[in-house]
Amino acid sequence: MPFDRTRMTINYLTMEATKQITRKLTGSKAMAQALEQEMNRDKNIFIMGEDVGKYGGIFGSTTGLYEKFGQERIMDTPISETGFIGAAIGAAAEGLRPIVELMFVDFHGVVMDQIYNHMAKIPYMSGGSVKLPIVLLTAVGGGYSDAAQHSQTLYASFGHLPGMKVVAPTFPNDIKGMLISAIRDDNPVVFMFHKTLQGLGWMDQLDASLGPVPEEVYTTPLDKAKVVREGKDVTIVGVQMMTVEALKAADKLVERGIDAEVIDLRSIKPIDKETLLKSVAKTGRMVVVDEDYYSYGITAEVSAIVASEGFKHLKAPIARLAIPDVPIPYSRVLEKYVIPDANDIINAVENMVTY
Amino acid sequence: MKKNSKQDLLWIYRKMKTSRYFEERMEKAYLEGKQPVFNIGAGPVPGEMHLSNGQEPAAASMIVNLTKDDTVTATHRPHHQAIAKGVDLKKMTAEIFGKKTGLGKGKGGHMHLFDPIVKFSCGGIVGAGIPHAVGAALANKKKGTDRVAVAFIGEGAVNSGAFHESMNLAALWNLPLVVVVEDNSWGISVSKKNSTCVPTNDVRAAAYGIKGYGVRDNDPLKMYEVSKEAVERARKGEGPSIIEIETYRYLGHFQGDPELYRPKDEVSKLRAKDPIERLKKYLLEETLASEEDLRVLDQEIMKEVDNAYEFAINSAYPEPEEALEDVFV
Ligand SMILES: Cc1ncc(C[n+]2csc(CCOP(=O)(O)OP(=O)(O)O)c2C)c(N)n1
Repeated sequence: MPFDRTRMTINYLTMEATKQITRKLTGSKAMAQALEQEMNRDKNIFIMGEDVGKYGGIFGSTTGLYEKFGQERIMDTPISETGFIGAAIGAAAEGLRPIVELMFVDFHGVVMDQIYNHMAKIPYMSGGSVKLPIVLLTAVGGGYSDAAQHSQTLYASFGHLPGMKVVAPTFPNDIKGMLISAIRDDNPVVFMFHKTLQGLGWMDQLDASLGPVPEEVYTTPLDKAKVVREGKDVTIVGVQMMTVEALKAADKLVERGIDAEVIDLRSIKPIDKETLLKSVAKTGRMVVVDEDYYSYGITAEVSAIVASEGFKHLKAPIARLAIPDVPIPYSRVLEKYVIPDANDIINAVENMVTY
Repeated sequence: MKKNSKQDLLWIYRKMKTSRYFEERMEKAYLEGKQPVFNIGAGPVPGEMHLSNGQEPAAASMIVNLTKDDTVTATHRPHHQAIAKGVDLKKMTAEIFGKKTGLGKGKGGHMHLFDPIVKFSCGGIVGAGIPHAVGAALANKKKGTDRVAVAFIGEGAVNSGAFHESMNLAALWNLPLVVVVEDNSWGISVSKKNSTCVPTNDVRAAAYGIKGYGVRDNDPLKMYEVSKEAVERARKGEGPSIIEIETYRYLGHFQGDPELYRPKDEVSKLRAKDPIERLKKYLLEETLASEEDLRVLDQEIMKEVDNAYEFAINSAYPEPEEALEDVFV
């Protein structure tokens, strides 16, 4: 039975006793499990991408699938993003349900025409008569010195363009549930997974990248943010690694007598205004943290929503933390400086409560 | 091989050796701070690292035919190409270590090396350098010079749209461009056979009405001969060409690549045919150099590389706020 974990908090110790089997999985294993279960259910699903076959995806998202489904359904492609992502559009219009992987979101540049002029617009331009049930998987994020062309998140670049759902889950159980929803959705869904949250052996090891994931098939909505920590003094909104940093900051803020609520946005488009507004109605203060660029980004969008629809609740100006409109630099000291972290959040909150 | 090529062959040997020794040191430097547990973000050289051990002939035997004023665009695996082009080795090494004294003040990193003094650039997006080389060739032509542009790419990049668009432009405008395809058999884990519909890419030249050359088995001498012809043709206004060289990737796609997709004995078979050893043998047999000459040369090379590493290691990191500079010039 599909169930909705939206309202669960991150405190798994109090997770309700269930009869289902729940195992601790990494982000990448949660993805692979979702893909496998859905591919077993629907023969129309197939996967195309660079190194998704024997390699199992550079970030592990298709681990083990080639061995199970073979090369007819798990197709390694040449480095021809315009070709194979464009082909997903044609195949989807014919009734198949392609899942395509763009290895790093940074590479969208070579294929953006297919994505935003075609995948995103054909359903609308056809008056709804053409459906494109495509999932575009793509890895995002920096923090490991991969420099300007391999470290971006570009959440807002995709969120800006109408016609695609854009999601960016943080925790393994959301990753699985949202990926299954994305596959079942009849619209194009851009599914962004954060490299550092995949739980890969060769990257930073984070607690957040390993979490309980029910073995059964379930869906998680594509349009709901999640309160991952309840609090009353300030709302901190994050996505993926910034949610992780926000939770870290919230723990530290307790020592200073500040009780922060943390919202994991999860859905970039559509954005869940209700959860944001409800939280700010309670706390009256908001910090928005983003691992994307500052201008015209998520921090601006969330702030605008709250300023125009929740103004009366605000006790202080909204704080925005994001990459300060520079390409992501290589050198560790420089990269650390531009990507927001828990300390930046703590500083922003402290300035705000004394406002 | 013509007599007057002695200097060239010694130059090729020197560049191949420099590159190999540079990469061997980089392999070690990269692993610092990543043992016993590998973490891509740790150590003095974090991030992805694509090394070129085995691919030296592709770069050195081509670039020997170029001058400082000819343009080279390179790939995400750029060290052998950069070294052959004469990129400032100290600044290049410092860049890879993320130092303020680096080519890009620590902002670029190993995939993003820019040295305008010797007209060298590279980048992390597969295929993206080809149109830049077309543009450089166009500029050379417009300015009425005899300079050429050379784009280095992997065999994987030949399947990008950028390649086809660029080749057609270069042919249409009869530009002084040479594209060198370094066929190391693999695009990460995808073999050439599984990515490319023709066995060799030199035949694709026919699709653009230009000349195509193939070099088998990583042969530095053949690569030299063919590159010389292609560069001369370009200089004389006889148009662009494609050279594909079968080359060897001794290491993983990037350092840390588990390489489970690769036949176990592939690399040892390739290493047994090492192109530097082959060239060395040729130089000695043809008495173009003595054992002693090469020993002295090797020592010079090691010193140059060691100095570059020392410079890099001893250089300071940038100040954090410097991240905000250079967005606009
Ligand atoms: C447009 C784009 N797609 C995918 C990648 C990821 N990627 C980096 S290197 C590489 C393989 C390149 O193969 P090849 O061109 O043969 O060069 P090699 O790595 O073998 O030197 C891939 C797929 C990228 N950097 N850019």
